[in-house]
Amino acid sequence: MFNLLWLQSGGCGGCSMSLLNAESPDLLTALEVAGINLLWHPALSEATGSEVRTLLQALVDGEQRLDALCIEGAVVCGPDGSGLFHVLSGTDTPMRDWIVRLAARARYVFAVGSCASFGGVSSAGANPGEMRGLQFDGQQPGGALGAGFEPAAAGRVVNIAGCPPHPNWVLEALMSAALGELQAEALDELGRPRFYADHLVHHGCPRNEFYEYKASASRASDGGCLMEHMGCVATQAHGDCNIRLWNGEGSCTRGGYACINCTAPEFEEPGHSYLQTPKLAGIPVGLPTDMPKAWFVALSSLSKAATPERLKVNAHSDHIKVAPKIHPVNKKR
Amino acid sequence: MSRLVVGPFNRVEGDLEVKLDIDQGRVSDAWVNCTLYRGFEQIMRGKPAADALVLTPRICGICSVAQSAAAARALAQLQGCVVPPNGERAANLVQACENLADHLSHFYLFFMPDFARPQYAGEPWYDDTAARFRALKGSAARQVLPARAAFLNLMGLMAGKWPHTLAIQPGGSTRAIQPQERLRIVAILKTFRQFLEQATFGDRLENVADIADLTQLERWQQRHRDSDLGRFLGLSRALELERLGRAADRFMSFGSYAESGTPLLRPGLWDGGWQALDTDQIREDVSCSWLQDSVPLAPALGETRPQADKAGGYSWCKAPRLDGRVMEVGALARQLVDGHPLAEALVADSGGNVRNRVVMRLLELARVLIQMEHWALALEPGEPFYRDGGEPRDGVGVGLVEAARGSLGHWVDLRDGKIHNYQIIAPTTWNFSPRDGDGQPGALELALRDTPVQEGEVDPVAVQHVVRSFDPCMVCTVH
Repeated sequence: MFNLLWLQSGGCGGCSMSLLNAESPDLLTALEVAGINLLWHPALSEATGSEVRTLLQALVDGEQRLDALCIEGAVVCGPDGSGLFHVLSGTDTPMRDWIVRLAARARYVFAVGSCASFGGVSSAGANPGEMRGLQFDGQQPGGALGAGFEPAAAGRVVNIAGCPPHPNWVLEALMSAALGELQAEALDELGRPRFYADHLVHHGCPRNEFYEYKASASRASDGGCLMEHMGCVATQAHGDCNIRLWNGEGSCTRGGYACINCTAPEFEEPGHSYLQTPKLAGIPVGLPTDMPKAWFVALSSLSKAATPERLKVNAHSDHIKVAPKIHPVNKKR
Repeated sequence: MSRLVVGPFNRVEGDLEVKLDIDQGRVSDAWVNCTLYRGFEQIMRGKPAADALVLTPRICGICSVAQSAAAARALAQLQGCVVPPNGERAANLVQACENLADHLSHFYLFFMPDFARPQYAGEPWYDDTAARFRALKGSAARQVLPARAAFLNLMGLMAGKWPHTLAIQPGGSTRAIQPQERLRIVAILKTFRQFLEQATFGDRLENVADIADLTQLERWQQRHRDSDLGRFLGLSRALELERLGRAADRFMSFGSYAESGTPLLRPGLWDGGWQALDTDQIREDVSCSWLQDSVPLAPALGETRPQADKAGGYSWCKAPRLDGRVMEVGALARQLVDGHPLAEALVADSGGNVRNRVVMRLLELARVLIQMEHWALALEPGEPFYRDGGEPRDGVGVGLVEAARGSLGHWVDLRDGKIHNYQIIAPTTWNFSPRDGDGQPGALELALRDTPVQEGEVDPVAVQHVVRSFDPCMVCTVH
């Protein structure tokens, strides 16, 4: 069996809640078929108090094997570097110190969610909690474990970034580790599994036709593309959110609101209001990934000139007002 | 006299430490320490107003929609938004979906597994209970996780995803529902109804929602012993859970779910009887919090300045009080304040306690799902789900909602369109507060007094029942 310990610190618990949303198979079945033995999870396990303290000590002392350590939430270092903003209850020891000791024993270390990966929302504003990712401070390599930290497997912390991550991002990463297949090459330069991070959230977005013709939504609940006015950065954000869907049939853009790039470091500080696209001379500041600016401007003005009436109308409606024209097939003649 | 420190306290959504003085086999005094500080109220300062919709849901992964709804309401006040009927129904559905999913998780995943602990092995009800509710391994967890995930498919349709949606806006919902989607929503609700009627209740939801007094509850249990509620009532009788965990018996609810701007569940407080609620009487006391001292402040003027070395401090949690008094919040409080006859009968019988909190949470599952079916059928595709309210004006906006765990309030002070101050009081802030300047213990601290502790117990099981009966959410508590 592949022994897994899950701990939570400077976060909201939403990564675990998202994990419980796993379907086909459900979470418990997924862990079972992957041969994963959950040593302890704060939301799911029976053990509490002294039983947990004993387990943690046995892991730190190397008396029990730790194949995977999953940390959810940022590493809490404040105030003034003391770690007192999160002392693991019952232990008089900052959670940060437990994390460092346990990580030294773990074969794989997973940062589950953007807080554990990069600091995330917990590190927003002036970062009053002195929150750090496991191996990043925002975009900068480092973090609580340090850029040089090399766990035995994969050679670096695996960052399952996302706020929250899709349940299957977590389960597939764990399954791959349990099979011994998760290597450094499977991760992008930010340590994220490439199986989801090599896609853009734009891929598979049902608003793509509106995007092509720059038929843009101008207020919430409009059907048009959310990029030009509504703050959406799906064309820059890494994730397969519109390819594998959320809670059945959902995704942020399908929900009618902007992708806010939650898999990226420092998404918590976009430097502008999340729900309004910043522009310079009427042109969105953030351009689609890998797209030269001159071409974007040229293509946009061309496609705007060519926007079909149907898209112009439907972009500003919350339901289809103009249906696509039906072309006669004429095969029989 | 001896001292016990219980922690890490799990299945409470976050981290919690409880210190207990034990005297002659009973808890003589308790101190509740909420151990994690993140500083959301500091983070929010200076942000654009609408960023509250992105950031505050991320206070909590289990009450995310409730946080989002409170933020949207606070901003709506400053924008003068009038949410169209579809927008209200959509928000009701999304909020109710989270609340009920939380009730389900609480009962099956957080609360019941404690009755599968080996110290109960001699009890006549043990084998059946342990097989059903054992953490991770019991038959219930296997059944509940898929049912819960399928129910949350409503979020995929109506909110994009859960947790952390941006669908709830001050002017309504970003997600207009199409005719076929309305039918899918109805199907999701009916499927969840089937699960509850087969597993949780073994009875029609309407019959459960109509249970009006203790005699009817007793008779219902005798006919539905093999349902999960029936199992709980059976072991509750054996363990006398109605005698465990009584707090101050003062209850509060902000009222919940809106129709034409009016809450469907009545707001108010209960102190031996219903009274109108004056939220202007809310103050947050920080005498025993690791926060810089100040007089108790109204939340609109609240401050959050951590001080880890403060003498006399023992928790990161503030101590909210209503007119100086300790309040209990949650499903029991909500249904009691709304006037549900069973809630009134239970509280008249034995006050707020472990049994009554759990029973009313399950009863709410039945009651609210019936309501959700009505809201879903009332959705009118083609009619607006959202109405733009324009830019928010400066001033103080207040957003009061009921999360699964009880009353949640947001107080936002906007200046020049930016957040000057943002204060949050979450349900578990009320329930798990430390002592205040008058030495009054918080609701859990009171509830833990007199809890039995068996010889040799280091993590007393009765203490666990009392703590988890509140369905605490520790990440919300301090935020």
